[in-house]
Amino acid sequence: MESQAGREDRFWARIVSADEAVASTVRDGMTVMVGGFGLVGAPLTLIRALNTSPCTGLTIISNNLGEPGKALGETLRLGKVRRAIGSYFTSNRDVAEARARGELEVTLIPQGTFSEAIRAGGAGLGGFYTPTGVGTLLAEGKEVRQIGGKMYLLQEPLRANVALVRARTADRLGNLIYYKTARNFNPMMATAADVVIAEVDEVVDVGRLDPEAIGTPHLYVGYLVRAEVRI
Amino acid sequence: MNEKELIASRAASLLQPGWVVNLGIGIPTLVTRFVDMESFCFQTENGLLGVGPAPEEGQVDPNLVDAGKRPVTERRGASFFDSATSFAMIRGGHVDAVVLGALQVDENGRVANWAVPGEPVLGVGGAMDLMSGARHVIIVMTHTAKNGSAKLVRECSLPLTSLRPATWVVTELATFSMDGCQLSLVECAPNISVETVRARTEARFQIRY
Repeated sequence: MESQAGREDRFWARIVSADEAVASTVRDGMTVMVGGFGLVGAPLTLIRALNTSPCTGLTIISNNLGEPGKALGETLRLGKVRRAIGSYFTSNRDVAEARARGELEVTLIPQGTFSEAIRAGGAGLGGFYTPTGVGTLLAEGKEVRQIGGKMYLLQEPLRANVALVRARTADRLGNLIYYKTARNFNPMMATAADVVIAEVDEVVDVGRLDPEAIGTPHLYVGYLVRAEVRI
Repeated sequence: MNEKELIASRAASLLQPGWVVNLGIGIPTLVTRFVDMESFCFQTENGLLGVGPAPEEGQVDPNLVDAGKRPVTERRGASFFDSATSFAMIRGGHVDAVVLGALQVDENGRVANWAVPGEPVLGVGGAMDLMSGARHVIIVMTHTAKNGSAKLVRECSLPLTSLRPATWVVTELATFSMDGCQLSLVECAPNISVETVRARTEARFQIRY
């Protein structure tokens, strides 16, 4: 049993502080995926670390940019975000102002297309055709193709250098279990970045999690950080 | 019953028991007041099938919300899932109906409900996916804008959400359905005449009731 555990630790995720995780992975100009539907399911401790880090010129892939001055909303106010890719920035008026000042580029993608593009990015796909958005402003510049008599738009995949995700529980390997509607974009983002940092409420021993309940298998997860900031 | 409740109650009567229903923000959220919650299964696109009523005071779970970020509860038999799975349900035609608000509807039933006039276009959320994928689209809105201008128009001046038409449009004055690609008046609200509806509607419509 001991020898089995001994071999197992080579697969362990690294448990580090949020500051350490961000400092060792995020660099200026990188693309960072951040989970959460508004503040629900957002990795608030990691975002705080991002905000106190010197990193700037970031492209943030996240459904929203937090709320005014809160979480990713603070990242924006600190002038660290060069580009935002997501589906709904209306709830943070700072986004409109930063964009009007020419400080922020915004790419709007319908929420279903956005989440599937991240899934495609993680699954090694070159994109997919979706009926969502055909004939609308958001179809501009996208390839249109007729399949089986119906019109579709090509959506290319989304990937990032680093993904910051939030889960409830992890084991030492980095297997993740999510919680209620805090799941949202986190499982897809955990597959679609070169480095994945998961913020969790607790880290348990290997074998303690029900294998049937794992939301993200451990091979995706590089770092584990304990949550200090909660919604 | 105020105007919005009247609209929501009429929309509720269009839902068939046994349906899986997604409710947008605004007037659509009022629909739950007029249905037997046990007869429907509510889906919210942020990842819950089996949305229950708002929690009792002191029972709020900040990680359990609907797409309008309001605290909700989970019903017996509920399931949680990620956003890609949620929109696969929606886009794949597995959700029976969506009830959404709108800014304009044209006489072909096409809807504009995501870009607000005079403001930068910075949010679309799930509106386009819901409009393109739900089996029935029920639009609920006040018949005219706050300035009195028609919202049922010949052609939408605001950006369209989808080329796919609504199934029904419910206002405080009337209910319309799409008959082929022609807007049809199917019911007037109590004490409202066809002439009143016509006077406040720019779109051309058939009368079918």
